[in-house]
Formats: sequence, structure tokens, C-alpha cells
Amino acid sequence: MSYVLILGAKSDIAKAVARKYAENGYDLYLVARNSNELEAFAQDITVRSQKAVKLIDLDILDYDSHQSFYDQLKEKPLGVISAIGYLGEQEKAQADFNEAKKIIDTNYTGIVSLFNIIANDFEKRKSGFIVGISSVAGDRGRKSNYLYGSAKAAFTAYLSGLRNRLYDAQVHVMTVKPGFVATKMTADMDLQEKLTAQPDEVAEDIYKAQQKNKNVLYTKWVWRWVMLIIRNTPEFQFKKMSI
Amino acid sequence: MSLKSWGGYPISKSIEFKFENNDSLKSIILEQESVIARGNGRSYGDSALSNNIINAKPHDHFISFNEEQGLLHVQSGVLLSDILNSFVPRGWFLKVTPGTKLITVGGAIASDVHGKNHHIAGCFSESVESFRLMLPDGQIVECSKLENTELFKASCGGMGLTGVILDATIQLKRINSQYINQTTIKTKNLKETFDTFEKYKSSEYSVAWIDCLATNDDIGKSLVMAGEFGNDGKLGYKSKKKLTIPFNFPSFSLNKWTVKIFNWLYYGKVKNTTSKQPVDIDSFFYPLDSIGDWNKIYGKNGFTQYQFILPMASSYDGLIEILQTISKSGKGSFLAVLKLYGKANDNYISFPMEGYSLALDFKIEKGLFDLLDELDQIVVKYKGRIYLAKDVRVSKAIFEQGYPNIDKFRELRKTYKMNDKFNSLQSKRVGI
Repeated sequence: MSYVLILGAKSDIAKAVARKYAENGYDLYLVARNSNELEAFAQDITVRSQKAVKLIDLDILDYDSHQSFYDQLKEKPLGVISAIGYLGEQEKAQADFNEAKKIIDTNYTGIVSLFNIIANDFEKRKSGFIVGISSVAGDRGRKSNYLYGSAKAAFTAYLSGLRNRLYDAQVHVMTVKPGFVATKMTADMDLQEKLTAQPDEVAEDIYKAQQKNKNVLYTKWVWRWVMLIIRNTPEFQFKKMSI
Repeated sequence: MSLKSWGGYPISKSIEFKFENNDSLKSIILEQESVIARGNGRSYGDSALSNNIINAKPHDHFISFNEEQGLLHVQSGVLLSDILNSFVPRGWFLKVTPGTKLITVGGAIASDVHGKNHHIAGCFSESVESFRLMLPDGQIVECSKLENTELFKASCGGMGLTGVILDATIQLKRINSQYINQTTIKTKNLKETFDTFEKYKSSEYSVAWIDCLATNDDIGKSLVMAGEFGNDGKLGYKSKKKLTIPFNFPSFSLNKWTVKIFNWLYYGKVKNTTSKQPVDIDSFFYPLDSIGDWNKIYGKNGFTQYQFILPMASSYDGLIEILQTISKSGKGSFLAVLKLYGKANDNYISFPMEGYSLALDFKIEKGLFDLLDELDQIVVKYKGRIYLAKDVRVSKAIFEQGYPNIDKFRELRKTYKMNDKFNSLQSKRVGI
């Protein structure tokens, strides 16, 4: 048996990733709040792939529960993939610190708390992989979503440091930076078709890149170049732009 | 959003609705004036286009599988390719599959699709044990050959005009190989092609690629392919890697001459009159699926597939007349597929009947619809009909003449008030 731990399992990207890993022979721990809502989905994977799927409840903001959550996993996972994310509302977060804090804690603080625990175990066992789904929004702050973006930027920096630390222990850490993805999170946004990936394309990219121990994955690939331009736009110009 | 189907023509301005569960689907149906369910958008024309679209594709859970009986219960948005990926390695295959696996189960039922084994296995509905349908008032009914049979017969082939198919239980068949032993027979003319189909009638699968630019004595020359599943126990099925066509070809790339060259190469590839080789599932059943977005070779104006069927008695004369007309027009059809069909089923507006069907791809260009109108007249004269899943332009008059049960279907739509609720651009055009 070989379990992959998927966090934020209700998200569309996580579901596509779960199917992909099951299809390739992995058993799954699917972790989310009210994970019982995933029962039909777990059944789907079992019928499709004949793999074991276990649903586990976890609140990423309930930091105190993280250690006992990890301890209860009888069989420790081969790897972990976090698809946890909360876009929030930028304007609301500018006015209401509770919203800002929720964005920061969900996208950053909570995952740090849990990843620290998992990383320590993987380091001790000298095996495992860690995949963090961050975002291109973390590559440069923009007025339309810089609270989300800054939390993702912190997460990206965290993953980079973790990769560096765990290199000697042969634990691989991969940073995933999706651009636009057609999911529930972006359902109300008018996304440009050519730049928008479907969740199963993202899942395919993640699976392949993880198997090859890639460090940083942009998906769709074109975002690597889009972000290169965005990162290199001079600040005096960037500050005037509306993108 | 602007939406098109596989033919790329027409482009419709549509609002897309997604649903999380039956309750949210019900409220969409109740609130919207007129809707049509859409799966993977692989019907060619305007069957799944309308101002309001219900996107059933994300509704794609596998629900259960009964290993003893081979009965698979899935939601309607599941793709046939998903079923193959999971079940071919376990020794199961679809009882009936069309020439693409990239369609949803809901779409397969609504178009009552068929494949190379129609002469033996009939339409997709033959493999459907039951399905659940949401009616205009949001009520959910179970339909099968024993329960709500009227709704079953109307919905199989009913082009989504009876409601939204939620989930279905389908019968899979056992296979013991992922290879098909294929025999390819080169024929010189239509007479020989017909004789070959007759000769291979007991073969599980048969189909012909016909050179529709051939003239005079050569009319109807074809490559007939017949096949049976092998028995070597090799089931290591992995979907093939896809080539992709990244952009629309300029629309002049396909013309009479390129089609001629293609047909010549294709026909010329087969050296002997009869040859045998084992081919895998994807190459045998889904040759075009390995080229992603192959529809782009027709350019941005799009294309259509003209598929008709003629009853056995008039097939030969009708096909000769139609092939002559096409050949005279000089409009090249890149793909022309001929097939002998078995008996018709009882579904109200399913396409197949006992006889020969020809499917031709044409890029949309000036003069095409005039040619197709001309072909319509011949089809009707020989008592044939047009396939709605491919159609984008047939007139009400021509459509009606081909489908004798259409009034029964209309009657049922009225009874259930489906005609107020479920409509596509196509259903409005042909007045269903």
C-alpha cells in the first residue's frame, strides 16, 4: 500500500490530482473540512481505480489539531500535496482585517503549521515528496489580489527554503504555480481561454513534474513566460498598470 | 460565452449553467425559459447549442460496478474514454461504441450512437439497462425497457429534448485482448463493396472508407475493414499519446486535390486485395482521437458531416446517384465512411435502419449547402434519413420525411411539457 496525502481535497484541482494519482496506482488520504461531503467522490475513485481512499477531517486553521491529525495516520504517506487555498475578497480584506487574516492564515500560516510536522517526519525517514500548490499571484503583488498574492508569495518562499533544507534528506519539494484554472474558485471571473487550464490538465502536469522531481512548475507552461514579463516590468511602470 | 460544437459551425452566444446536485439542476430547469443539456460538445452541429446550456460534463462520478454482471453505474458526464481507461485493463469493453471515445454517456444515450458493430449489436441503447431522467418539472424518473418505456424510447436518440439524463447503468462486455484482428479488403467498385459487407456480415465489426471522388466504373471503390477481438489475454491498455493541431489551418488547405492525394495515398497504402493485421483498440475504433482537435484542419469556418442512411432495397441505386452527384460537384470529402447496418430499434427518432449509411465530411464553404440540399432530395427519394447528431442545416421537410415516428415524439413532448423547456437550435430548426 502506498498513500498520498491530499490536503484541501474538495477543491477542483485536488480532485483531479486525486484521480490522477489513483489512476497511477496510489492509495489516497483525502483531507478536508467535513470530508464526508467527499463520499461520492471517494466511491468514484474506488470504482475507477480499485484503490483505497480514506476521508479525514481537518481544519487547517485549527493549528493545535495538526499534530494529532498526523499522528493518527497509521500508515504514513509517501508524499503530500496541498491544494489548500482561499482567494477571499481583496476589497473586503482591505477594510476588514478578519478577512485579510483569513486569507493569510489559510494560504500560509495553516499550511506552515502542518507542513512543518510532515517535513520533520519525512526528514527523519529520509523519504517522501512534498508538493505545495502556490500561485502565479505570488510572483508579484497586484492591486486586484495582493493579499492573496502576498500570502502565496510567503508560501512560495517557504517551499523554496524547505526544498533547500530537505535536499540532503532526499525529500523532494515541488512548488506549483498555476495561472488561471477553470474551477469553482474562479467561476465568477472572466478568464482568457488560451491562458486557462482545466483542472485535469493541471493534475496531469503536477503528476508528471512530481515524478520527475521538478522544482518549480508553472501550469499552463505559458505562465512561466507571462510571469517573466510581469516580474521584469519596471516598478515605475508597473505601479500605474491595471492587470 | 460563445459556444460551438465539433463542426465549429455555427457559433452561438450561450449562457452556461453548471449544477452541483439534483436540487441545483432542478432550480436551473425551473427558472430558465428554455435549456438544453450538453456533454462534451462532440455532436457536429447544433444539437447541443442553445441560448441556455446545461453543462453536464462535470457531473462525472463513477457510482458502482457489478463485477458478476458487468453492469456499470455512472453519472451522465462520464466520458467513454474514462470507462475504457478503467475497464479495458480489467477485461471489459463497451458493447457499442461510436468512432470517438470523447463523448459522454449522456450524449451517447441522447444521440443513441452506434458503431462498427451495428449490424450485430445495434445502438448504444441496447447496452443501457436504465437511466434517470429529470423532467421539465424537476421530477426524476427511472427509465428502462421495462419501466417508463415510452420515456426510454423517446430519450434514447431524443437529442436531449426529453430532459436531462442524470446517470445510467450500462452493460459492458467481456474481452480477452486489447487487440482486434483486422482484415482489410480492397474493393474496386460499389458492387464489390456491398458484396464484401455481405460476406463479412458475421464479423463482429465492419466499416469501409470509400473514395468519394472516384468516377465512372470506379464509383464506390473502398477499403472495407472487418474485425474481431483477439483472445491473447493482452489487456495492457494505455490511451495513446495525442498529436495536437495547434491552430486552424488556412481554409484553402483542403481542396479537391489534397483530398485526391490523401485518398490515393490511403487507398494505395494497402497493397493486396486482402490483408490481415492485429490493431489495438485506439487505432481500430478511434483513429482520429489520437489527433487532438483534428477539426481544425477544416479551417476557422468549420465543417459539417453529412450522414444519411438508405433502406437496404434502395441503398445501391441511391448511393450511386449520391456519389455521382458529389463527384460531379468536385467538393472533396476528406473522410467518407460507409457501413452496413442491422435492424432498426423501436426508439422514436433513432437514426439507424437496416441498410447502408454514408458519412461525409465537408468544410463549410460557398455552395456547400446547395450541394447538400441536392443530396437531401436524393436521400428522401430513396426513403432515407439524416443523422441529427451530425446535422447542422437540414430542413424541417426533409427531416420529417425520414422519421415516421416524429409525431409520436412531438406528442410525448407536449404531454410532458418538454417542448416548452428543452430546445436546441436544431430542434427549433427542424420543428421537433
